[in-house]
Amino acid sequence: MTATSHTPGAAANDSHSGQIQYVTVFIGGQLFGLPIHKVHDVFVPESMTRVPLSAPEVAGVLNLRGRIVTAINMRRRLGLPQREGNHGIMAVGIEYRGESYGLIIDEVGEVLNLDAAGREANPANLDGRWAEISGGVHRLSGQLMVILDVERVLGRMQGDMAA
Amino acid sequence: MDDLLREFLTETNESLDTVDVELVKFEQEPNNARILDNIFRLVHTIKGTCGFLGLPRLEALAHAAETLMGKFREGAAVTEEAVSLVLQTIDRIKGILAELEAAEGEEPKGEDRDLISQLEAMSMAEAAPRKEPPKKDKKETAGTLVAQVLERELRPGEVSLDELERAFRETAVEVEVAADEPAAEEAAAPAPAGIDFARVAAEIEARMKQANPDDKQGKAKSAEEGEAEAEAKSEKGSVSSQSIRVNVETLEHLMTMVSELVLTRNQLLEIVRRHEDSEFKVPLQRLSNVTAELQEGVMKTRMQPIGNAWQKLPRIVRDLAQELGKQIELEMVGADTELDRQVLELIKDPLTHMVRNSADHGLERPEDRRKNGKTEKGTIRLAAYHEGGHIIIEIADDGRGLNLDRIKQKIVENGLAGEAELEKMSESQIYKYIFAPGFSTAAKVTSVSGRGVGMDVVRTNIETIGGTVDLKSTQGKGTTFTIKIPLTLAIVSTLIVESCGDRFAIPQLSVVELVRVQNNSEHRIERIKDTPVLRLRNKLLPLVPLAGLLKVDVSAEKSEDEGFIVVMQVGNVTFGLVVDGVFHTEEIVVKPMSKMLRHITMFSGNTILGDGSVIMIVDPNGVASAIGTAVATDALDNHADADAARGVDNDAKISMLLFRAGSPEPKAVPLSLVTRLEEFEIEKIEHSNGRDLVQYRGSLMPLVYPNYDVRRREEGTQPMLVFSDAGRSMGLVVDEIVDIVEESLNIQVGSDVPGVLGSAVIKGKATEILDIGHYLPLAFEDWFKRKEISSAALTRKLLFLDDSAFFRNMLGPVMKAAGFDVTVCSSATEAMRLLGEGAAFDVIVSDIEMPVVNGFEFAEMLRRDARFKNTPIIALSALCTPASIERGRQSGFDEYVAKFDRPGLIAALKEITSADYGIAA
Repeated sequence: MTATSHTPGAAANDSHSGQIQYVTVFIGGQLFGLPIHKVHDVFVPESMTRVPLSAPEVAGVLNLRGRIVTAINMRRRLGLPQREGNHGIMAVGIEYRGESYGLIIDEVGEVLNLDAAGREANPANLDGRWAEISGGVHRLSGQLMVILDVERVLGRMQGDMAA
Repeated sequence: MDDLLREFLTETNESLDTVDVELVKFEQEPNNARILDNIFRLVHTIKGTCGFLGLPRLEALAHAAETLMGKFREGAAVTEEAVSLVLQTIDRIKGILAELEAAEGEEPKGEDRDLISQLEAMSMAEAAPRKEPPKKDKKETAGTLVAQVLERELRPGEVSLDELERAFRETAVEVEVAADEPAAEEAAAPAPAGIDFARVAAEIEARMKQANPDDKQGKAKSAEEGEAEAEAKSEKGSVSSQSIRVNVETLEHLMTMVSELVLTRNQLLEIVRRHEDSEFKVPLQRLSNVTAELQEGVMKTRMQPIGNAWQKLPRIVRDLAQELGKQIELEMVGADTELDRQVLELIKDPLTHMVRNSADHGLERPEDRRKNGKTEKGTIRLAAYHEGGHIIIEIADDGRGLNLDRIKQKIVENGLAGEAELEKMSESQIYKYIFAPGFSTAAKVTSVSGRGVGMDVVRTNIETIGGTVDLKSTQGKGTTFTIKIPLTLAIVSTLIVESCGDRFAIPQLSVVELVRVQNNSEHRIERIKDTPVLRLRNKLLPLVPLAGLLKVDVSAEKSEDEGFIVVMQVGNVTFGLVVDGVFHTEEIVVKPMSKMLRHITMFSGNTILGDGSVIMIVDPNGVASAIGTAVATDALDNHADADAARGVDNDAKISMLLFRAGSPEPKAVPLSLVTRLEEFEIEKIEHSNGRDLVQYRGSLMPLVYPNYDVRRREEGTQPMLVFSDAGRSMGLVVDEIVDIVEESLNIQVGSDVPGVLGSAVIKGKATEILDIGHYLPLAFEDWFKRKEISSAALTRKLLFLDDSAFFRNMLGPVMKAAGFDVTVCSSATEAMRLLGEGAAFDVIVSDIEMPVVNGFEFAEMLRRDARFKNTPIIALSALCTPASIERGRQSGFDEYVAKFDRPGLIAALKEITSADYGIAA
C-alpha cells in the first residue's frame, strides 16, 4: 500500500475494497483515469463564453442546467498542442470546493475497475507539468493510464491566481 | 447555544437599540410619560428574561437601571448625568451580550459594581430630597423573586426572601385559623389546607407598603400603569403574532432559487418567442406573471426600513454634541423607506461617518452661529426616499459650508489640477475633490480642526455597492450630501454590449449616455498621438476600446472608428468605452465568478442571459482603475507614471502621511495609524511637570517631540499628529505636514535609532519611517503595560507571520500589548518548521501576500493537519475585497482583517480566543 499513500484523498475513500473505479478519458492520445466518485457528469459543452484576461487554461464559462461552469482546457493544462480539425469535444463535470468545473478532453473512454495495489508512483523523469497533476500510473495491458488528481489540477490553478 | 438564548439575544439587542433612541428623546422631553413607560418596559423585560435564563450579571445591571428609571417615573428630575449613566449601563449590557454571544451563552466574568453603585447612588440621591423611597411594581417584583439566586445582597427596591417566607407562613397560619372553625367555613372553603395565593400576594403587597410607607399615589398610579402596560402589551402581542423570525440564510437561499426561476422563465420566453403560435404561450404567460410576483414577494422579505441603519445615530449625535459643546438637532425623514438588508448593512458605516462629520465639522459652535445670525441649535437633516429603482439619502447640515478657497488651494498644492483649470471648473466640480483619495485628510490640515479621516473611504464604500455620492454646499448656509444607491444588489439592470464578437453586460448605474460614432457623422473619434478622444459638448472625452482593455484580438477588417461609445461615470472619472454594438438592457441576477476568475478586476461577476448563454459583467470600478489616473486629470501624470513604473509589483500600497520634523528630509507614518491631524495655537500649549500638554477634547494630551530639532514655534499654530488608543491621545509635534501619498512600502534600510523603523523611498526621496510604538510609551509610560497587566493571567501563545519587517515590527508589539505571547516568523516555511518541531500556539495570525507560500496555501496546509484543525487562524491582508475574504474563508481562516485595522485585529483576536475559551470551559 505504499503507492496508495502517495495520493492524498484521491483513493482513500475506496481503498478499503482494494478496488478503485476510474472513468477513463483521452487527452492527446494519452489515457487518463479519474476516480469515479469525483466525476459528476459527462457533457458536450455548448455555447461557451470566452473570458478575456483569464488564465490560458480557462477555456471559458458555460451554462450547464442553470449553473455556471468554468471550463478548463486540459490540453493546455498539460502543455499539449491544440487539436487540429473539427472534432466534437467532451467535458467531464466535477465539483471542486463548491464550484462547478468542466474539464475539456478529447474523448471519454470506459469505466475501469482497477486494483489499488497496482498503482505505481510517477516515473521520476515524467514531464513536470504532468507530474504535478498526476496521482500515479496504472499499467494496463497494452497501455499506461495516468491518474488525474482533480485537486491538483484545479487547486494549483486557483493558487496561481491568488499569488 | 440553545434557541431560547439565541432568541433572547436577538430580541434584547433590538430592544436595546430602541432604548438608546428613546432615551435620547426622553432627555429632550422629560415629561413625556409614554416614552418613559416604553423605556421602562423594555428594560424591565430584559431584566426579567435575564433572571429567567440565569444571567445574574445582566440582571443586576438591568435592575439597577430600572430602579433609577423608576425614580423618573415617580417624578424625579431627569438630569443629563442620569441619562448618560443609563446610556452607559445600556452600553455595558450590550458589551456583555456581545461576549455572551461569542462565548455561546457563557456569561462573561466580571464586576459591574462600579456602574451599579453609581446607579444606586443616583437612585438614592433622587429619592432622598423628595422623600420618595424605592417603589416597585408589585407583581413584577414577585416574578423576579421566583428566579432569584440567594447569593447576593438585596438591591434597593427588593424584598428579602425571609420577608417573603414570613408572608407565606403568616398567611398560611391565617388559613389554618380559618380552618379551626369548620362549621362556618367548610362550605365556602372546600380545600382548607391549601394556600390562598391571593392572600399571599396581598400580604406581600402589604409588606411592601410597610417598607415604603410614603408611597402615596401608589394604588391609583399603579393601576394606571397596569392599564398602559396591558395596552402596550396587547399591541405588541398582536404584532408578534403576525410576524415570524426567519433565518437570513433561509431567505438568501429562497432568493437564489427565485433568481434561478427568473432565469429559466426568461429562457422559456426566449424559446417561445421564436415559435410564433405555440400552445405554451398562454401557460407560459401565466408562469411569467406568477414568477414576477413571487420575485417581488421574496424581494420584499429582504427589505428593511432604512430607519434600522439610523437607529444608532441619535445617540451618536447626542454624545458628540456633548463632547463638542454644540447644540445639535437631528431630524430624520423617511425612516420607513425600505431597501435591501444587504445594502442596508453596507451603508450603515458610511452614513454614520458622514453624520459624525457634519456634526463635528459642518456645524459651528453656538457662539459662532449666533454671530452669523443663526439659531444656536444646528440641524442635521437625514432624509431618504425612493426615486426610480434607487434610493436617495440626503445628509444636510445648516452649518458653515465647505471652504471653497481652501479646497482650491489644496487641489493646487496636491497637484490634482492647475490654477488655470480650476478657473474653468464649476463650484460643484471643485467640491467633489474632497472625495479624492487622501485629499480630505490633507484639507483638514489647513483648517483649525479638520475633517475626519476619509471622505474617499465613504465614497469607495458607496461605490462598491454601485452607488454614487454627490454634494452641494453654500458657504455659510450648509452642506448637503446626496447618496444614490440601488435598492438591491441581487438584481442589476445592465446594458448588453458587444465587442469583438463577445457580449458583455455593463451595469446601467454607471452608464451616462450612449453615443454612436461614424467617420462622417457629427461625432467622430479623433486622435492625439494615438490616444482616441471624442468631442462631446465642448469637452474632450477620453476613449478606451473595451477590446483593448480586455486584450481581445482586434479583428483587422473592423473599422476602428465606427461603433458605439458608452459614456461612463465612475466617481469623478468620466470616460467613453468603445464597443462594436449595443443590444438592449436586461435585468440580470449577479452570480459570483469562479475562484479561478476572481483575480480579473475587470469583471464583477457573471450571469446567465435569457437565451441561456453565460455573460461576463463588466465592473465599472475595475475599468476605471485600469484606465486609471491617466484619464482622471492630466495633472496626475506623475502619479500615473509612478503607477506604470511599478508595473507588475503593485503589492500592498498603503497611504503614508509625509511630514517634516527636525530635519529637512521627509518622515512618514502609515496614515491609518494617525487618528487626527491638528494644529494648536501656541498659547494653548501648556507646560507642566516638565512636559508639554494641550487641552484636547476635555482632557490633557501630552505632546511628544520626535527629536530635539523640531522647531518649537513662538507664535501662530503648531501642527501635530494625534494618535489615540483606548481613550488616550498623544500629540506628535511636527514642523510641517507635507503630503499624503499612496505607495507600496518597502523599507530598504533598517535603523538602529530608536523611534525609526528604517528608510524607504517615497515619491522618489529617501524617507524615514517612524516607529509610533516607540513614542506612545513616552507619552504614557504605561500605554502598553496597563493592558498587559489586566490580561496577564490569560496570556496565550500567538504565532505571527509576515514577510514584511515593517509589519512585524509594528503589529508584533501591538499583539504583545493585547496580552499575547507573540512568536514572529518571516515566512510560511519558517512557521511550518516551527510547527513541525512541535511548537504549539493558541492562535495564528498570518499575512496573505507572501512570497513562495502565500497565506491561503499556508492556512490550507494547516487545516489538513489534524493537530491544527481547530487552531484559530486570522488572515491579515492589505487586500480586503469580498472575493479575497471569501477566498480566505474557503482556505480555512477564521477571520479576515485588513492590515492597519489595529482595533479590528485586537477585536478579532479577543473574539476568537474568548470563543474558544468558552468551549473549553
